[in-house]
Amino acid sequence: MNTAVVDKLKAAFPAGILAAKEFRGETTIEVKKEEIVKVCAFLRDDPSCAFDYLSDLCGADAYTPEKRFEVIYNVQSLSRRERLRLKVFTEESDLHVPSVTSIWPGAEWPEREAFDMFGIIFDGNKDLRRMYMPEEFEYFPLRKDFPLMGIPDSIPLPRK
Amino acid sequence: MARTSTDHTSSISPLYEVAPKKSKILQALEDKDTSVQFTDPLENEMILNMGPQHPATHGVLRLLIKLDGETVVASVPELGYLHRGYEKLAENCNYHEFIPHTDRLDYISPLMNNTAYVLAVEKLLGVEAPKRAQYIRVIISELARISSHLLSIGALGLDVGAVTIFMWTFREREKLYDIFEELTGARFTTSYTRIGGLSQDLTDGTKRKIEDFISQFPARLAECESLLNRNRIFVERTDGVGVISRERAIAMGFSGPNLRGSGVSHDLRRAEPYLVYSELDFDIPVFNDGDSLARYYVRLGEIKESVKIVQQAIDKLPEGPYNALAPKKVLPKKERIYTKMEELIHDFMLINFGAAPPVGEVYHAVEGSKGELGFYIQSKGEGHPWRLKIRSPSFMNLQSLPQLLNGRMISDVVAIIGSIDPVMGEADK
Amino acid sequence: MGLEHALGDSIITTKIDAAINWCRKNSVWPMPLGISCCGIEMMALVDPRFDVSRFGSEVMRFSPRQCDLLIVAGTTTYKMAKVVRKIYDQMPDPKWVIAMGVCTSTGGMYRTYSVVQGIDQFVPVDVYVAGCPPRPDNLLHAIMMIQEKIARGESRSTPMTVAEERKDRQLVQLTV
Repeated sequence: MNTAVVDKLKAAFPAGILAAKEFRGETTIEVKKEEIVKVCAFLRDDPSCAFDYLSDLCGADAYTPEKRFEVIYNVQSLSRRERLRLKVFTEESDLHVPSVTSIWPGAEWPEREAFDMFGIIFDGNKDLRRMYMPEEFEYFPLRKDFPLMGIPDSIPLPRK
Repeated sequence: MARTSTDHTSSISPLYEVAPKKSKILQALEDKDTSVQFTDPLENEMILNMGPQHPATHGVLRLLIKLDGETVVASVPELGYLHRGYEKLAENCNYHEFIPHTDRLDYISPLMNNTAYVLAVEKLLGVEAPKRAQYIRVIISELARISSHLLSIGALGLDVGAVTIFMWTFREREKLYDIFEELTGARFTTSYTRIGGLSQDLTDGTKRKIEDFISQFPARLAECESLLNRNRIFVERTDGVGVISRERAIAMGFSGPNLRGSGVSHDLRRAEPYLVYSELDFDIPVFNDGDSLARYYVRLGEIKESVKIVQQAIDKLPEGPYNALAPKKVLPKKERIYTKMEELIHDFMLINFGAAPPVGEVYHAVEGSKGELGFYIQSKGEGHPWRLKIRSPSFMNLQSLPQLLNGRMISDVVAIIGSIDPVMGEADK
Repeated sequence: MGLEHALGDSIITTKIDAAINWCRKNSVWPMPLGISCCGIEMMALVDPRFDVSRFGSEVMRFSPRQCDLLIVAGTTTYKMAKVVRKIYDQMPDPKWVIAMGVCTSTGGMYRTYSVVQGIDQFVPVDVYVAGCPPRPDNLLHAIMMIQEKIARGESRSTPMTVAEERKDRQLVQLTV
């Protein structure tokens, strides 16, 4: 586990860090939803962390009554050649998660993708439209209760 | 499922900004009134719709460009015309079954994707391929990189009006396809790697074929290079076009040759050595200008380095097995399935239920031909992934397109898209 | 829009048909709609190795109004379907369609929410090409089959009357 970064984060955000886990040499830090922007800013700006590069941002559906949706941030430090994963939970009843586009502008499209696929709303993303599916599509395809073959006739075909 | 209401339309997006003006023109056309009156006679901004079917957008990328005369004022890329639902598919098939789908992600370099995917699954399962398999994976990855960069250079030439280079690079790619066909059985969609190894060994005949290709290729590449490097039209159409600064490139998530064209010396083969890259000697070409020409030169340099890597890997290629000895995770050989009981049982279990990894999550990225190609896998201990996310480099690279285009001329648009080298199969997933 | 329209239904057309079809079949201008992987194999069709110009089809035009053969090469999603149909509608009659590759023909390995399970749901297809992706030789074979079809004077597209066309234009939504 990347103990140096975890300890530093725990010291800076005693209430914001929920847990830190390790699997196959990768560190995952679970962060409180409200604190995620501050944690990301700290990780980017602190010289001993310097996680300046957002590799990926994605949503996931755990399909549990509580903490149903997750947002996963895979960040990387180009100078220190290190990786870290942050995780934020959100409920089905409250799909709002703060956007990290102010920290990494490159998060805009991945956030749009997570919105398109799971319906997670990123507060602060200036252009939160559907990324892949047509604008008039009503469902969120990567949710576990959406069937693989889709809803029949949900997207119209041109007439023959 | 209940209709979920979101108020995302309230946020102002560039697309909605330009919409009223467009509908005014369309309305006028529909009313059969062709004399459209603008309030301001000097107002000459127009909206150009480029794609999804356009010869120079490298697939089905659609761009809405707002023009002032010939200058691009704003642009909105629109994706999703090739959204095939890979991530949903992955949740519905087991780890082995997803390998053929990775071919069709970045369909210019399928072998690279095969390698990237199985490396991520191997990390999750905790198996490691034998040395010989790792060397072969390096060889095929680099051949795939050569093939991809050749297409990129050829298509960039074609976009800015040089047709011959396209024919010449395709000639070389056909030679590579012959090698792939002999190695894997398919020209194009290879599905060559397996979890813990490969589907079949690299034979001496294929090895000789690769050596032949490598020995004649530098001279052919020099020919291709001579068509472009000092070609005044090519240089003037790419030099200083589509500039992105080092800081901006990092912030926007640029990766691969595009990032190295902006002066960031970051290559995952060096930063996080996977496979056997730490045992091989190669350079990382970096150019500082951040324009289309710099990205072209990075690709050219990388082809030359890849040739060096393939040569070394072939010289060092060890003998030995090409599949790991982990019967509960790695598919057994076909001839043993038909003759041995244990292998039959393992094969049955692996095909029907899949290799069951422990509960956990991994992210593994390789330096793909377009950039950082990563797979994030969440496992709940079942034979299929709970969630599989593809970090596709083309998707992240395309995101900066509006910034690269702004203020440039309409004719630069194709040169910029060509130099970013997006593949929509990967960007749209 | 073809020559038949100009000549009308006189006796000469039946005589001249064979000549026109002979000309047509040896100068098929394809509209390459390279959507995904198959598009790369379609590009290989014009390269020096497969050289489609032997069959008179090397003139790939990216404007549908200049083409008479639509090669749909790649997975067609619901979002793309409208575009494919629009391109097909823009092509002058008579026109032919090749569904290249298995996902264009039937959806193939993509049995998912976003992929149309076969483009014959919204455009008439003349030749289906199997393979994922088909080899360029296979596509050459498809073009030869189209040539045979043209020689026989068959086309699945029926020319629209002016009234039908006007009605059609009203139905097509002006989406941007």
